[in-house]
Amino acid sequence: MVLLMVPGVLFLLVFFYLPVLGNVVAFQDFQPYLGIMHSEWNGLQNFVSLYDNPDFWDALRNTLLLAAVQLLLFFPVPLALALIVDSLVSNRLRRWFQTIAYLPHFLSWVLVVTLFQQSLGGAGFVNNLLRQAGLDPIPFMTNPDTFPLLVVAQLIWKDAGWAMIIFLAALTTVDVSLYEAAAADGAGRWRRLWHITLPSLRTVIVLLLILRIGDILSVGFEQFILQRDSVGPGAAEVLDTFTYYAGVVGGDWSSGAAAGLAKGVVGALLLWGANSLAHRLGEPGIFQRRGVS
Amino acid sequence: MRPIWKERPSFGYQSVKAVVLGGFALVIVVPIMVVISTSLASDQDIIDAGGYVLWPSHPTVKAYQTLFSGGLMGRAILVSVFVTVVGTAIALAVTIALAYATSRPVLFGRPVLLMVLFTLLFAPGIIPMFLVVKQLGLIDSLWSLILPGALGAFNFVVLRTFFMNVPAELLESARIDGASDITILRRVVMPLSKAVIAVVGLFYAVGFWNAFFNALLYLNDTSKWPVQVILRTYVLQGKSLSADQLGVEPLPQPQSLQMAVVVVALVPIALVYPFLQRHFTKGVITGAVKG
Repeated sequence: MVLLMVPGVLFLLVFFYLPVLGNVVAFQDFQPYLGIMHSEWNGLQNFVSLYDNPDFWDALRNTLLLAAVQLLLFFPVPLALALIVDSLVSNRLRRWFQTIAYLPHFLSWVLVVTLFQQSLGGAGFVNNLLRQAGLDPIPFMTNPDTFPLLVVAQLIWKDAGWAMIIFLAALTTVDVSLYEAAAADGAGRWRRLWHITLPSLRTVIVLLLILRIGDILSVGFEQFILQRDSVGPGAAEVLDTFTYYAGVVGGDWSSGAAAGLAKGVVGALLLWGANSLAHRLGEPGIFQRRGVS
Repeated sequence: MRPIWKERPSFGYQSVKAVVLGGFALVIVVPIMVVISTSLASDQDIIDAGGYVLWPSHPTVKAYQTLFSGGLMGRAILVSVFVTVVGTAIALAVTIALAYATSRPVLFGRPVLLMVLFTLLFAPGIIPMFLVVKQLGLIDSLWSLILPGALGAFNFVVLRTFFMNVPAELLESARIDGASDITILRRVVMPLSKAVIAVVGLFYAVGFWNAFFNALLYLNDTSKWPVQVILRTYVLQGKSLSADQLGVEPLPQPQSLQMAVVVVALVPIALVYPFLQRHFTKGVITGAVKG
């Protein structure tokens, strides 16, 4: 049995825990030809220079803004879709919709952004139609001001259907006799939704919210790197792309690693904070302390 | 069947539902259809329609012929297929072994489990990851696309949850008959879990096929580019395919050539999707609810 664990543990050590330790380059003046062992330590110098770097603050601001917009605008969509799908009486209709709605989740971000560009881009077919109708084309894909909305639209297109699954599953566990009793007492559709359905989904909703908050700083990395050039770094630079461009492209490895580390730590703290808040509210959250159920 | 307590919705409700769901479905289907149609459209169709074709009236596969004659796309497909097939095989082997071992009460089982679950909370970061891959000499090697993705925590949880439900008596009786752990895994556990293994395998395969950033990060050698990077370079960034292709003359409309690239990236997903769709809901829910 222990032998069966060896390859997996090796993978974890080499491709997860070793890189986690590699984050020490954030505290070094890292030079590739010297390596981690021989590069000079410089304490918190990299973090200080990040603090003075306006580009870093731009990236941080964009990350938080985009994450907040995603949380507010994306999160309710799968829930609403699930409620509508659940209310469909025809099973065939329901399966049809699910088949279509889940598909985009399996398409790569490159493909999704490409489809958006072909549809909404300057030469895309929506703008083609506008031009043919004698109207001005709308720069959906390149306007930095509306970029957060574009990002959310892409996220909804790709993942709202998929995110619906978990709500649909939770909806099947709601006790039907509650609906029956409520209906007999004269509660209409909306009162049943408010007093039975939503309270029954509370645990799942809280769980998913926590996971989203923990993930908040990792807002779709590939999505941004693909669109950074067309929208400009002013609006599309997030912490992850900052790390990539400063470190790998720009060769300033230590600053990149410092930004990446800052992001990881803040993300973990947010997750932990959201989870303990959920505990306070009497919800199980994602990780329970053992002994407490 | 309509439950007795559910009133028949009014016409207003019905139409709002139809508009929301129908609209959502259309927004998903139409762009995909336009891309496929345009890739199959003749030059004249494209010129008549002013760029995009909703339905090709004179379908032709010329764009695909041109695409595959140049070598660029054929090579990229080989790379992507290699990474997907080898990657999925390795990832499945590693994940199955680890998930099975930790699903039983075994020495070191608990700490190893925690080691895996911790990866769900925290990512090591781009720079250290790059430095490790570089130290291992994997830059410009296709293994850099395979090895870092060989153990997905989510897939691990799904498999482990399933394996935990295999009755212990079954394993015990096989052990009494003298079977080793590996034999039990191969002869007893895996045959029982074919469906869930297939789903996890497909999840891995889709992930390897779709991976884009790793290739951008670790591969400088353009001849090793997978399909997703080709898609980005020649369609999204609009680099001219014909300049790098030097293929047959006369070239078809660049529009249909580009759309053919999109379709190439799309087709494998579309092929496995029906199977995936039939089984994944079960897998996702087992993993999410019990994990």
